[in-house]
Amino acid sequence: MDINATILGQSIAFAVFVFFCLKFVWPPLINAMRERSEKIAQGLQAADQAEQDLELAKEKAAETLREAKQQAAALIEQANKRANQLVEEAKDQARAEGERLKAAAQAEVEQELNRAKEALRGQVAVLSIAGAEKILGTAVDQGAHNAMLEQLASEL
Amino acid sequence: MAADSSEYIKHHLTNLVYGQHPDGSWGFAHSAAEAAEMGFWKFHVDTLGWSVGLGVLFLALFGFAAKRATTDVPKGFQNFVEILVDFVDTQTKENFHGRNPMIAPMGLTIFCWVFLMNLMDLIPVDWIPALFNLFGVHYMKIVPSTDPNITLGMSFTVFFLIIFYSIKVKGIGGFAGELTLHPFSSNNLFVKLLLIPVNLFLETVNLLAKPISLGLRLFGNMYAGEMIFILIALMFNAGVIMALFGGVLQLGWAIFHILVITLQAFLFMVLTIVYLSTAHEDH
Repeated sequence: MDINATILGQSIAFAVFVFFCLKFVWPPLINAMRERSEKIAQGLQAADQAEQDLELAKEKAAETLREAKQQAAALIEQANKRANQLVEEAKDQARAEGERLKAAAQAEVEQELNRAKEALRGQVAVLSIAGAEKILGTAVDQGAHNAMLEQLASEL
Repeated sequence: MAADSSEYIKHHLTNLVYGQHPDGSWGFAHSAAEAAEMGFWKFHVDTLGWSVGLGVLFLALFGFAAKRATTDVPKGFQNFVEILVDFVDTQTKENFHGRNPMIAPMGLTIFCWVFLMNLMDLIPVDWIPALFNLFGVHYMKIVPSTDPNITLGMSFTVFFLIIFYSIKVKGIGGFAGELTLHPFSSNNLFVKLLLIPVNLFLETVNLLAKPISLGLRLFGNMYAGEMIFILIALMFNAGVIMALFGGVLQLGWAIFHILVITLQAFLFMVLTIVYLSTAHEDH
């Protein structure tokens, strides 16, 4: 084993290399790696956060949907009620109108009847007189028998 | 044959040396004997050169990745670099309990650099030396971690850091106390004083064992591995059947060695982190 000045050369070279590595090689590499792992950690955290946010948003959406459904149901119910009410009102109106029309028609019918009766009464009087004339063979004095005829007509 | 073999092995284990000749002039050694005459002031140009080159390669690749590092989705090479950075960062967090921004980058440097140095072991032993031979360079050891100077050079830097941080964190008194008052202690002041040399001896051995075992472990593993590759390479010159058998062995050993080189790089890094962690702990 031959120990000589090579040992000094190697010692110095070693020290110089370590120094260079310490100054120029190690820091950029380790910093880049640390920064990257921080970035990744942040990314993961952001992903978690986003997931939570998504969950919240979903819940909120479901809530909103439920509310909307409830409102819609309420509106529909209200509308149905209103429609029923309208139908009922319309029915009532129609019924009233019908009744009114029926009453008017009945009144008219009655009027017609009375008028016909009046006409008939008049004609009965004339026919009676004509009949009586035929029977008696003489003219009936209308003036003399007016009271009797009136009585007859009213009995019809 | 035997002489050839031993010559071949010796040749493969000889460094390309640049140093001060006994006459005071500087130059390349032309033989092992000439290199031995140079004493301490010489450099293994091959292993040191490959080591520095691989270190620069590591820094260039990782520096490139660092410059283009984005916090967006990482792609291709950045992914690869980040896997390593994350791996080293995790190891540092698990094994280092103090606060020191230098430990993790040092761990990364050690792991990648030692791995690259060990990786040279997988290149067939003759390729690069033969290439250099064409240019008139006769000795070329390309695996820096098979050179004890390289591994001990690194572990002594670690040793220096252990002492530096021990003193910085605990103060000179604290560090001296750690060296002299453990593992044996007593409530009696006289016995305590008496135990100081014993403790100092034990703790000094303990302290020195760290860098030496750290450097020699890597060296030993890689040297042994390299040696086996050289021995296998010897078979390529010993007939067709031996050469084929050697090819199979080479493949098998190389595959097994992938595990060894990674494990040794990892061990060097983890032990450095653990030693420095101990240096930062105040009792």
